[in-house]
Amino acid sequence: MRYSGFRVIKEALTGHKGWKPVWREPEPKAHYDIVVIGGGGHGLATAHYLSKVYGHRNVAVVEKGWIGGGNVGRNTTIVRSNYMLDGNEPFYEFSMKLWEGLEQDLNYNAMMSQRGIINLFHTDGQRDAYTRRGNAMILNGADAELLDADQVRKEHPYLNFDDARFPIKGGLVQRRAGTARHDAVAWGFARSADLHGVDIIQNCEVTGLRIENGKCLGVETTKGFIGANKVGCAVAGSSSRVMGMAGMRLPIESHVLQAFVSEGLKPVLPSVITFGAGHFYVSQSDKGGLVFGGDIDGYNTYAQRGNLPVVEDVCEGGIALMPMIGRARLLRMWGGVMDMSMDGSPIIDRTPVEGLYFNGGWCYGGFKATPASGHCFAHLLAKDEPHPVATAYRLDRFQTGRMIDEKGVGNQPNLH
Amino acid sequence: MTQTNRLDGGQIDRNTSLSFRFDGRNLTAHSGDTLASALLANDVRLIGRSFKYHRPRGLLTAGSEEPNGMVELRTGARKEPNTRATTIEMFDGLEAYSQNRWPSLKFDALAVNDMFSNFLSAGFYYKTFMWPAAFWEKLYEPIIRRAAGLGSLSMEADPDEYDKGFRHCDLLIIGAGPAGLMAALTAGRAGADVILADEDFALGGRLNSETFTVGDHSASDWATQAVAELSSMPNVCLMPRTTVIGAFDHGIYGAVERTGDHLATLPEGKPRQILWRIYTQKALLCAGATERPIAFENNDRPGIMMASALRTYANRFAVTASQRVAIFTNNDDGHRTAADLHAKGVRIAAVVDVREDAPSSYDYEVLKGAQVTNTKGRHGLSFVEVSLPDGSTRTLDCGALGVSGGWNPNVHLTCHQRGRPVWNEALAAFVPGGELPVGMSVAGAANGIMSTYGALQSGAEGAAKALDLTDALPDLPEAEDAPIAQTPFWYVQGCKRAWVDQQNDVTVKDVKLSYQEGFRSVEHLKRYTTLGMATDQGKTSNITGLAIMAEVAGKSIPEVGTTIFRPPYTPVPIATFAGRMKGQEFHPTRLTPSHFWAKERGAVFVEVGNWLRAQWFPQPGETHWRESVDREVRQTRASVGVCDCTTLGKIDVQGTDAAEFLNRIYANGFAKLAVGKTRYGLMLREDGMVMDDGTAARLAEDHFVVTTTTANAVSVYRHMEFVRQCLCPDMDVQLISTTEGWAQYAVAGPNARKLLQKIVDPEFDISNEAFPFMACGNVTVCGGLRARLFRISFSGELAYEIAVPSRYGDALMRRLMAEGEEFDVVPYGTEALGVMRVEKGHAAGSELNGTTTALNLGLGKMVSKKKDSIGSILSEREALVEPDGLRLVGIKPLEAENKITAGGHLMNADGPVDAAHDQGYVTSAVYSPILNSNIGLGLVKNGSERLGEKMRLVSPLTNLTVEVELVSAHFVDPEGERLRA
Amino acid sequence: MIINHPLLGPRDASEFTYLGDASLIDRPDWQDENAAEAYYEYGYLRDNPAGEHQELWYHEAGDRSWLVVTRNTLTHEISKVEMARDVARARGRSK
Repeated sequence: MRYSGFRVIKEALTGHKGWKPVWREPEPKAHYDIVVIGGGGHGLATAHYLSKVYGHRNVAVVEKGWIGGGNVGRNTTIVRSNYMLDGNEPFYEFSMKLWEGLEQDLNYNAMMSQRGIINLFHTDGQRDAYTRRGNAMILNGADAELLDADQVRKEHPYLNFDDARFPIKGGLVQRRAGTARHDAVAWGFARSADLHGVDIIQNCEVTGLRIENGKCLGVETTKGFIGANKVGCAVAGSSSRVMGMAGMRLPIESHVLQAFVSEGLKPVLPSVITFGAGHFYVSQSDKGGLVFGGDIDGYNTYAQRGNLPVVEDVCEGGIALMPMIGRARLLRMWGGVMDMSMDGSPIIDRTPVEGLYFNGGWCYGGFKATPASGHCFAHLLAKDEPHPVATAYRLDRFQTGRMIDEKGVGNQPNLH
Repeated sequence: MTQTNRLDGGQIDRNTSLSFRFDGRNLTAHSGDTLASALLANDVRLIGRSFKYHRPRGLLTAGSEEPNGMVELRTGARKEPNTRATTIEMFDGLEAYSQNRWPSLKFDALAVNDMFSNFLSAGFYYKTFMWPAAFWEKLYEPIIRRAAGLGSLSMEADPDEYDKGFRHCDLLIIGAGPAGLMAALTAGRAGADVILADEDFALGGRLNSETFTVGDHSASDWATQAVAELSSMPNVCLMPRTTVIGAFDHGIYGAVERTGDHLATLPEGKPRQILWRIYTQKALLCAGATERPIAFENNDRPGIMMASALRTYANRFAVTASQRVAIFTNNDDGHRTAADLHAKGVRIAAVVDVREDAPSSYDYEVLKGAQVTNTKGRHGLSFVEVSLPDGSTRTLDCGALGVSGGWNPNVHLTCHQRGRPVWNEALAAFVPGGELPVGMSVAGAANGIMSTYGALQSGAEGAAKALDLTDALPDLPEAEDAPIAQTPFWYVQGCKRAWVDQQNDVTVKDVKLSYQEGFRSVEHLKRYTTLGMATDQGKTSNITGLAIMAEVAGKSIPEVGTTIFRPPYTPVPIATFAGRMKGQEFHPTRLTPSHFWAKERGAVFVEVGNWLRAQWFPQPGETHWRESVDREVRQTRASVGVCDCTTLGKIDVQGTDAAEFLNRIYANGFAKLAVGKTRYGLMLREDGMVMDDGTAARLAEDHFVVTTTTANAVSVYRHMEFVRQCLCPDMDVQLISTTEGWAQYAVAGPNARKLLQKIVDPEFDISNEAFPFMACGNVTVCGGLRARLFRISFSGELAYEIAVPSRYGDALMRRLMAEGEEFDVVPYGTEALGVMRVEKGHAAGSELNGTTTALNLGLGKMVSKKKDSIGSILSEREALVEPDGLRLVGIKPLEAENKITAGGHLMNADGPVDAAHDQGYVTSAVYSPILNSNIGLGLVKNGSERLGEKMRLVSPLTNLTVEVELVSAHFVDPEGERLRA
Repeated sequence: MIINHPLLGPRDASEFTYLGDASLIDRPDWQDENAAEAYYEYGYLRDNPAGEHQELWYHEAGDRSWLVVTRNTLTHEISKVEMARDVARARGRSK
C-alpha cells in the first residue's frame, strides 16, 4: 500500500478501515538465501537494501523481541556526517545522502529534519582539531562551516556567554545534519523490506549458529532451525553474545549510554548542539521535548539502565551551557547498550567462519549510520566484497594497526 | 463572588486568605490549598488545552499523576512551564497562566485541529508530508513544532539555587499513607534509623482524603498524631515535599525535596530544591495506588474527573468541582465519592454503575448496569448521556462527573531495575512482581492491598520484616477493611472519540488503529500512538491502552505485556540534577602559585583544563595580543624570561626498583641514568601510540621526579599506578603526585644562569661545568629555602626549571622579577611558550593527539627494543611502520607574511585537492618573531624524506590556500648550542 | 553503585575510575615468539560476558588502589572485591 496525502485523506473520510498491517507476521521458512540476525535499524536497513537494491528477496530478519526495540528505539536521533578520518567520513557522508532521500525511497516519513548541528569549542586546541575535521569533511564532499563566538551568539543567543567557566570560542557547523524520528526509521525500513518480500520474524531468538566444517549453515532459533546460505549478524549491543556462539571474541565491550527527554516545550533550540567543555548534547524533538545525553556510564553492562552520577554530570553540562533550561523538567531517562569498539569505529566484515558476516561495534553512533550500514552490509552479503565506502571497517584492523580512532584515546572502549 | 464551590470542613486554614492570579484574574484561596483546589473553589474548570487537538481541558486528578491541569507558574526568569496545578502548594501572590493556547484559553485558534481529527489519527504524519522533500524543514515541520510542545521557557537563566545532599538510613519508607506511617511507627519505635519521604506537603496520603475512622479518630487526625509521634523520634527523618524519583544500584535512591516551591520568594541562600542521594540497605515502597479512568465518548471535558479526586477535593480541600455531580463507576469505591459529596451537601445527579448488582443508596439514584455514552459542554461539562440496561437513555444534568475504573498499584519504583510487574486477576491490575531492586519490599495499596486496615497491617509487617524485628508488632487501630468489589470495565463499546491518554490525545480508536496496522506489541503501541509518553508517563492511561489492545488481539492483558516504568517517578527540573555546578562553579578552578602576582601584572588568563594560566602579559600601549607575545619571545631569547610551569604533572617515584620501573613505563631507557641527571622520556600506551612525554630527574639512586604534560597529569599517574600494582606488584617502588606541592618556574634565555645565580644560594655551583645541560639537584634559594633545580629547556634556550614548595611560589616569582630587573627579565605566558616550542620543534598536545607513534613524531629511535616497555610490541604493527606513514615536519609559507592554519590539510603542489590526495595536516601554527615568518608543524606522509618540497596548504573551511615548503621542524638553533651554553 | 573496598569499606563508585576486563593484568611476555599475536589479543579482544565479569577499578578519588571487582553485567550485583595487586601476584606476576 502506497502512502500519500491523498490516501490519508481518503482513509480519514472512510473511517481508516483501509489501512493494512505495515508488515506481515510470517512463520519462518526452512531455508533462506540470507538470514539477518537482528531486527533493529541496521538489520532492517540491510534487508531493505538487500531486497530493493541487490535483488535478494529470499531473505529473513529474525528478531528476538519486537522490531526496532534495540538502539534504534532508544537513541537521541541525531544524524550527521562530521567525521575527521578517511576511514569514516566517506561512509558517513554516504549515509547522509541516503538520509536525504530516505523518505522518498521508503515511502515513509521518518521526519528527517536537516536542522543542523553545531559542535562548540572552548579552546584554541579544540578549534584547531575542529578545523582539521571541518576541512576533512569538505575535502570528502560534505558541508562544514566554522563560526566564531560572535556568530555562534547570533544563532544561539540563549547559550551562556556571560558567566561561562569555559567560554565559547566558536563552533563547527554542519547545516545538513539534523534529527530523524528514530522509531519511524525502523518501521519504514521494515515496511519496505516486507513489501519487497523479506520475512520479518519477531519474537524469534537466535539460540545458536549451526557451523559445520568452518561453514555457517543457518541459525538455531526459538522457532526452530532456519537454514541459510549466508548469515549476517547485526545485533550491536549484544554482538559479543551472538558471535560468541561462533566461538569468536570481539574487539568490543558492552556499555550503557543513558539518554534523557524533557517535558514538551514550545520551540527553543534551532539545531543540535554539543558542548565542548562537558558531556552534553541536545536537540529538540518535533513534539517539543529536549532530547539530550552525555557520556556513557563507563562500566561493562548489558543492563539497559544507568546510575545517577552520569545523570547529574549530563545535567551539569546542560546548565553550564544553557542555563535557561533549568526550569524545564527531565521527564524520562533510559539506557541503551552499546557495542563499544576498541577504536570507536564500527566493523562491517566477513568473519573467519564461511557464510557468517558481522556488522557491529557502532559505539553510540549507530543511528546516523543506519542507512549506510544497511546498504554496505547488504553489499557485503550480496557480493562478498566490501562496499567502497566501508573498506576500512575490517575486523583485522587492530592486528595490522589500521585503527580508525577519531578521539585518539586508544584501545579503551569506554573512552571513545 | 469568590470561592463559590467551597464546602465545609477540610484541612485548609480558613483564617488565612491568600490571593493569587490565573490568566490575569484575581482570585483567593486558603493556606492548605493547591492551585487545583483553589481554582475549583473559584469555579474555574477550564485550565488548559490538549497537545494535539487543543481540546479544552480541566483537572482530571488531585495528585502528581495529573495529565491535563498544567500551567505556567510564576513569571519572568522563574517561569515554570508544564506545572501540574494539582501539586502546586498555594502561596500568597501566586501567578499562573494557561498554556498551549493562542490567543486565549477560551478561544484557541488551533482548536481547529479538533475538527480535522479524522485526518490526524495515530501515526498520520508517517504517511504524508513527504513531498516535495525540501518542504519538510521549510513548511511542515515548523507548523508542527509550533503547534506541538506545551508550555514555554522564559529563555532566561534560572536565577534560583539548587543543592545536593547525601543521607543514610536503615530503612527508607517511600510514601506516608497508612502503610508508610505504620511502617515508620514500627521501625521508629524499634530504634531504627528511618527516612519517611512523601511527595505531598501534608503527610497521610489517602488518610487525608477519606471520611472514615482509624481507631477512635478521623483518618486525618490519626495521620496527624502518627506524624507527631514520628517527629518526636530523633531516629526518624520526615521528608515531606520529597519525591523518591528512582531506585538505582546497590540501594541508592534519588529523591527530590522541594524546599522552596511553596514559598512566594526564596529566603537568601535557601535552595529551591535539593537532590538527595539516599543510601539504604532496605526500602519499603508504600506509594499507594492511582485510580484509573474509564474511556467513553467525549470523556475529556473539563469537569470529568477521577471519582477519588472529587473525594479528595471535598474532604481535604473542602471544594467541589460543581454543585451537581454524577459518578460513573465499575466498583464500590466510586460510591464512596457519591456518599461523601452528598454528606457535604452536593447534589448527586446519579451514580452510573456498570454492574447490574451495584449497591443501592437511599440518598441518591443509582443507575445499575448503566454506562455513560456521551457528554456535552463546550468549555466544561454540562450534562452526560447514559444508556440504561433496557436500551433507553437518560440525560443527567451535572457540572462534574467522577469516574472510577478501579485502582492501579503504584509499582513504578519496583520496575526501575527492570523488574516486571505481574497481573493480579482479583484487582484487574498489575502488582509488583519479578525481580525487585535488591532490598526493596512493598506494602499497602502499592502491593495490591487496598483496604486501610490492610495497609496499616502490611506497613507494620513490612517494616518488621525488612529490619528483622523480633518484637511483637504494635497493636493496630481498627479501620476500614472492605474487600475489593469491582467488575473490570475499560471503555464503553461503540464510542468513537474516547480518550485514553488525555494529554497526548490518544483515543480508543487510535489504539485499535495501531493494532490494525500491525503495531501490536506494547512498545509499538506506545511509540506509534504516543500513548503514555506525555508528562504524566501514562499513570492514568497505560493500563486502559493495554486492555483495549488485549481485547482487539483476543489476548489477556498480561499476554499483551506491560511497559516498564523508568525514572524519574515524576519530572524533575534539569537544574535540580545540576545543583551548584553552574556558571563559574561548573568545574573547580585551579590557580597557579603565581596567579595573584600575574593578576597584578595584568595578565590575560586562559583555561587549561581546570587550571587558569597566564596567556600573555600585556604592556601599556600594546593593542594586539601578538605585540605582547612577540615581545615576550624576543626578550626571552635575547635575555631572560620566566614562565610558571607548575601545572605540569609531577610524580615522585621512589624505591629500589624505581629505575627499573621507569624503564618499563618509558619507551626509552632509564636504568643507566646517573644521579643528578635528567632525561627526556617518551611514554607509550600499550597500543603503541605516544601517551605523553616529559622528563625524569634522578635525584638519588632510588628517587626520581617525573614530569608529565598538564593535560595528562591525572591519566599518566593512573597508568603508572596500574603498571605498579597490576603488572609489577613486587617491584619496590612507590608513587605520589606532587603537582600541587611544588611551584615550578621555567627560567629561560641567555641570562638565565646569571639570574638564577642571584637566587640560588652561593654554596651551590650552577656554572655550566658544574651544572651542565640536563643536570638536576636539590639546592637552596634565597638563603636556605629548599628547592629543586633542573637544567631542562622547552624553549631551546639556556634554561632551568626551579621548584620551591608551593607556598613560596608567589615570593619566588616576585624575587625573580626583582633580581632580574638588571637583565630586563620578562614574564611570559602560554602563548610565548607555544611559539618558542614550535620554533624549537618540540611536539606538544596537538602532535601528541593519541594517534601518533614515536615514528610519526620523528622519535622512533627512542623506542628501545632491548627491554620490556609498555607499548613497544604493538608499536611494530605493519601499518604503524609503513615507510610512507606520517612524519613530523616544519612548515613555512613561501611568502613569510602568509598565514598558515592549524587544521589545514596539505596537498601536493600540483594535482587534485580532495580527500583522496590528502598528504597530511598542520598540527600547530604560530608567528615566529625570531624568523619574522609564520611557521608551523605538521604531519605529512613520508615527510622526513620530503624536506624542501613545495606543497599547498588548503583550508577550505577558512577559505585559505597557501604555498608552503616542508622544512626541518627545528627552526631555531637546530644544533642545540644555545641550550648547552 | 557501591564498591566495598577491601581496605576502606563501602565507597561510592563515583570515587573510582573504570578501566576494563581484569585480563589486562595478564600482560604477555614481550620476548615470547608469538608476542605480536599475544599482545593483539591482550590489547583488543574481550570476552565481554553477560553475567559475572572481573574488572579493574581505580580508587582515583581515594587511596589510589587498583581493585579487581567481580560484578554481574546483567544485574550489577558485586560479589567480590579484591586488591588488584593480590590478584596479580596470585596470577604469577612479580616484577
